[in-house]
Amino acid sequence: MKKTTVIATMLASTIIAGTAAAEDVTLTIESWRNDDLAIWQNDIIPAFEAAHPGIKLKFTPSAPAEYNAVLNSKLDAGSAGDIITCRPFDASQALYEAGHLAEISDLDGMANFSSVAKSGWSTDDATVQYCVPMASVIHGFIYNKEAFAEVGVEVPKTEAEFFAVLEKIKEDGNYIPMAMGTNDQWEAATMGYNNIGPNYWKGEEGRLALIAGEQKLTDEAWIAPYRQLAKWAPYLGDGYEAQTYPDSQNIFTLGRAAIYPAGSWEVSGFNGLADFEMGAFYPPVQKAGDTCYISDHTDIGIGMNAATPNPEAAKTFLNWVASSEFSTIFANALPGFFPLSSAPVTVEDPLAEEFISWRGECESSIRSTYQILSRGTPNLENDTWNASAAVIKGSETPEEAGKRLQEGLASWYAPQQ
Amino acid sequence: MAEQQTKPKFRWHILVFLAPAVLVYTAVMIYPLFNTLRLSLFTEVDQTRIFVGLQNFRTLFGDAIWSTQFWNALGNNFWFFLVHMLVQNPIGVALAAILSHPKLRFAGFYRSAIFIPTILSFVIVGFAWKLILSPIWGIAPGLLDAVGLKSLYAPWLGKEAYALTTLSLVSVWQFVGIPMMLIYAALLSIPDEILESAEVDGITGLAAFWKIKLPLILPSIGIISILTFVANFNAFDLIYAAQGALAGPDFSTDILGTFMYRTFFGFQLQLGDPHMGSTIASAMFAIILIGVCLYLFGIQSRMRRYQF
Repeated sequence: MKKTTVIATMLASTIIAGTAAAEDVTLTIESWRNDDLAIWQNDIIPAFEAAHPGIKLKFTPSAPAEYNAVLNSKLDAGSAGDIITCRPFDASQALYEAGHLAEISDLDGMANFSSVAKSGWSTDDATVQYCVPMASVIHGFIYNKEAFAEVGVEVPKTEAEFFAVLEKIKEDGNYIPMAMGTNDQWEAATMGYNNIGPNYWKGEEGRLALIAGEQKLTDEAWIAPYRQLAKWAPYLGDGYEAQTYPDSQNIFTLGRAAIYPAGSWEVSGFNGLADFEMGAFYPPVQKAGDTCYISDHTDIGIGMNAATPNPEAAKTFLNWVASSEFSTIFANALPGFFPLSSAPVTVEDPLAEEFISWRGECESSIRSTYQILSRGTPNLENDTWNASAAVIKGSETPEEAGKRLQEGLASWYAPQQ
Repeated sequence: MAEQQTKPKFRWHILVFLAPAVLVYTAVMIYPLFNTLRLSLFTEVDQTRIFVGLQNFRTLFGDAIWSTQFWNALGNNFWFFLVHMLVQNPIGVALAAILSHPKLRFAGFYRSAIFIPTILSFVIVGFAWKLILSPIWGIAPGLLDAVGLKSLYAPWLGKEAYALTTLSLVSVWQFVGIPMMLIYAALLSIPDEILESAEVDGITGLAAFWKIKLPLILPSIGIISILTFVANFNAFDLIYAAQGALAGPDFSTDILGTFMYRTFFGFQLQLGDPHMGSTIASAMFAIILIGVCLYLFGIQSRMRRYQF
């Protein structure tokens, strides 16, 4: 008898707890930004929940390298969250085409974005929008100001000056001139090739010409960045072949290296780790007076799982992400990720401010391999990783790399055939 | 009447006892295996799955882009296997022979110490060795420097020529305990009378090992070889933990497992292709099946067994 009462009480309490929870809609957010967990939990989620009672958010990130695979499996199995953080271009487009991402073209907040900002998450003809642009990252070089002062070098403006600075730091011997390794391969491509490249292929002009088939990867503009990369090797630390990405980050923040080929996403992490003053410079141009081009890459978008049971709540959230309130919280909570919204946002972090100031000085472009060109097999982005690492190590010449990539691209991409 | 009584009763308990294992094994092993084989005969066009017969296999072996990757991975796999056969198993046998020596002190300690890495996770082993061998934080350059051999140091995991061999040796380090234990057990089961009668005939020490013990443990070595073969051709974890899915540098550590993973689940901008992934998985299955059959019918059946 007593046992029955206990069980009955337990059941009753479960039901009560269940109904209490059901009053609030909980939106689960899928993301690869596990570094941002604290910022979401401390800043973004409380701000949203305060303004929107009845909607709760849960941020459930997975490891960046596994995100696409994990997300695809979850979506196919129907266990993915309501809100999906979108990789730019093809990965998200495939999700939209497979019916996993809902169309959100008519979202009110979408008016706050330029067509370039939206290009990362719309169909090729730009008629359908399936993710709200959230943030971009800017490439450049972060340097150790104290090291520069100690060695007595100035921020380089041209390529010749850049190599002169590297040479001088090397001669001085106290610092590793540049912290980058080729073990993980992607740094060589993302922080190497696509960082310095836009200066040679003139940003959007070259990128769009490549997509249109008017330029080839064997053209001088596309091989020249490899030539510069090949000259980097002597200035990277001993054993850079086995140096991983976290190794490079640590070497720089411990003050052992002077220059770090970077993406602006490093800013928040580095601010917490480095106890010296940091500055940033954009990729040096070929000759003094040349227009500078930077990679201002659309990196993060956010969309809605088409199968979500709470579409209204999800739309409310996405509208809020498109608002300037979110942009301001996000830009200052995560210095280094720059909002794509046209609403003006002030960035307080000095290092991040330096990165974003280049938008006024230089022409913006995005990474060359991301739109359309990495759709086929062989995958141009993966091949670019491989080629960039090989060129730095000297196991492939810049010309061979260009030829191999061009052959790979032409094997499936009609405009290049 | 009498006939009916002698008809054996259906023994339900056999079914009942087998059912859980059969059901679980079917659900988690047999069904996925056959579904993978089935999936390799399909492809996806415009969001619908269509049957294409052996087209995927034609692509895998006929298309230069796929086949070079496949043969590269297969070649690396064979090298991975070869290093294990040439290093892991001889060392395992040697360790077992030493351990089974009656006069060895602290045998139990050595046995445990050598076996412990086997129970570690791949991720721990991969990460620990990456740190040990790291040119920046690792102790490998320092240790070599201490004995005056700094010039021998190279960032092994980052060099195309060394990376795969280095990882194979790390794997050998991790798993040398398995052949050691199996051979150790086999050595202990050799009756003392045989060794004693051999001693009477004047066969002692090393000669006793080569002439008496080794022939007696050959069946165990055979089993170990086939276990190594299956484990190596299914390997994935260590390479993935140490070098990532692109199996760098320049695909020099790419084995069938990582190639399959990359294709099936996608990587960075490369989208996953479950159908080509299944095709590679089927090819792996075929390779392992052929290898095991060759062993079973070619070697195992000819092996001489000794009855004590």
